[in-house]
Amino acid sequence: MTDIRTVGVAGSGTMGAGIAIVAARAGFKTIVFDTGTDALERARGQTEGFFAKSVERGKLTVAQVDAIMASLSGTTDIAALSACDIVIEAVFEDLKVKHAVCAELDRVCAPHTIFASNTSTLSITEIAAGSGREDRFVGMHFCLPAQLMKLVEMSPGLKTSDETFRAAWDFCKAMGQIPVRTKDNPGFILNYFLVPFHNDAIRLVEAGVAAPAEIDRAVKVGLGYPMGPLELLDLVGLDTHLLVAEALYASTHEPRNAVPPLVKRMIAAGQLGRKTGQGFYTYRGNAMFGG
Amino acid sequence: MIYQLIDTGNSRSFPGAHPFLEKAEASGDVVVIVGENAAKSLQTLAQAESRTAILIELGTECLGVHTGEGHGREGSNVLGFARFRLGSAEPTSLVEVVRQPNTTETALAAAREIFEAAGLQVAICGDFDGRIIDRLVRPYFNAALRRLDEGLATADDLDTTLKLGLGYPEGPISLLERTGLEHHHDVTQALFEALGDPAYASARRARVAKTRRSTK
Repeated sequence: MTDIRTVGVAGSGTMGAGIAIVAARAGFKTIVFDTGTDALERARGQTEGFFAKSVERGKLTVAQVDAIMASLSGTTDIAALSACDIVIEAVFEDLKVKHAVCAELDRVCAPHTIFASNTSTLSITEIAAGSGREDRFVGMHFCLPAQLMKLVEMSPGLKTSDETFRAAWDFCKAMGQIPVRTKDNPGFILNYFLVPFHNDAIRLVEAGVAAPAEIDRAVKVGLGYPMGPLELLDLVGLDTHLLVAEALYASTHEPRNAVPPLVKRMIAAGQLGRKTGQGFYTYRGNAMFGG
Repeated sequence: MIYQLIDTGNSRSFPGAHPFLEKAEASGDVVVIVGENAAKSLQTLAQAESRTAILIELGTECLGVHTGEGHGREGSNVLGFARFRLGSAEPTSLVEVVRQPNTTETALAAAREIFEAAGLQVAICGDFDGRIIDRLVRPYFNAALRRLDEGLATADDLDTTLKLGLGYPEGPISLLERTGLEHHHDVTQALFEALGDPAYASARRARVAKTRRSTK
């Protein structure tokens, strides 16, 4: 059970749009805030496309989608989030940006509104420190793509009240998600383990231990993982990996989080992965070569 | 392709019956030596140079231990191999085949062909400590064990997160406890001694498991 009725999402990028889908699909009135109408329209279009596929696959009826879309709105006026019981921020992964957004939200939202951050690398306690409501602040890290992945890493900051954490936890379950509790630790669980694992795989390529396709095959066959690390890096994009790994390294100084030099060379060469047609593999359309 | 099998006993790659063993003939251009005394058999193998390929089962050691090395130009018709298995778990269908800089392509092709004909899958790697999987996965296992000690999350939440978030078939804590933490200790400690990288230093829980097993 949850007392939360209205959900705000700050940021309408990939994560924000996905989180809004999760909340609206679970029956919550959902308001998405972004500074530009272009971003909101793009998110709306992506959301409509997602639900059209849900109808095609028989997961939802047209009437259900109509009801969901009616409960989902976008705004460029942050004051429109004033009636929300919880606001989940999914803005750029930069502490100053998050502090600025949270300070604005604190100004317009009711005292009871819980703030949640979808950060994957920053400290919940540090973001909360600029929110004006450290006791009502919680980490809620959704996995990409949020609209498909059930897992949410939930972290209390040092000053998060038990009541806030419990309310956010119940809300997460009410959305049909599966929360796991983790400490406010850089990278939480997923990125804490995944980023160095990916760096280690890149170091194997750098050292000439094996070719990317051999490493991926070994990991998939030997460990049963659904994707090899280098395939996954190509999917995520090496530029994105660099951002996450550098943020993690800056907060942990653990050597395995340091980005191998090969990453920067590949980025300089425009070899970002699938999105540029070349990463550890070469791509033509959706087909993969070199695997 | 016809291959001869020399079984020196106690093979970790083929601990029981397997189509790969059953397909072997009494003689062949390709020789596969399995078991814990494979190295000794390699030294006494007749007409070794004229064989298409000689495949020797490896433990944690490098292939160069058996073939010798020089000037980074080593390589011949001799390949190393090991089926990947975690501790007490059954071997997987992955065979890591170890080559040297000048290993012949004919030998590599022969190795791939005979393993794949028996339903196994091959990943070719250079002659490095830990090959591919152990070199990649042991630091992750150590980190998981260490973070469990430090209270990052419960064992169940760690495992659930990595299963749901990344699609892993089993979380690291459950996997290591099921297959034997003491085995993980042995492999990662050997890599730590070989590589000198603290990421491979055996995690406390693995050392405890090893100590308990040793004192029983």
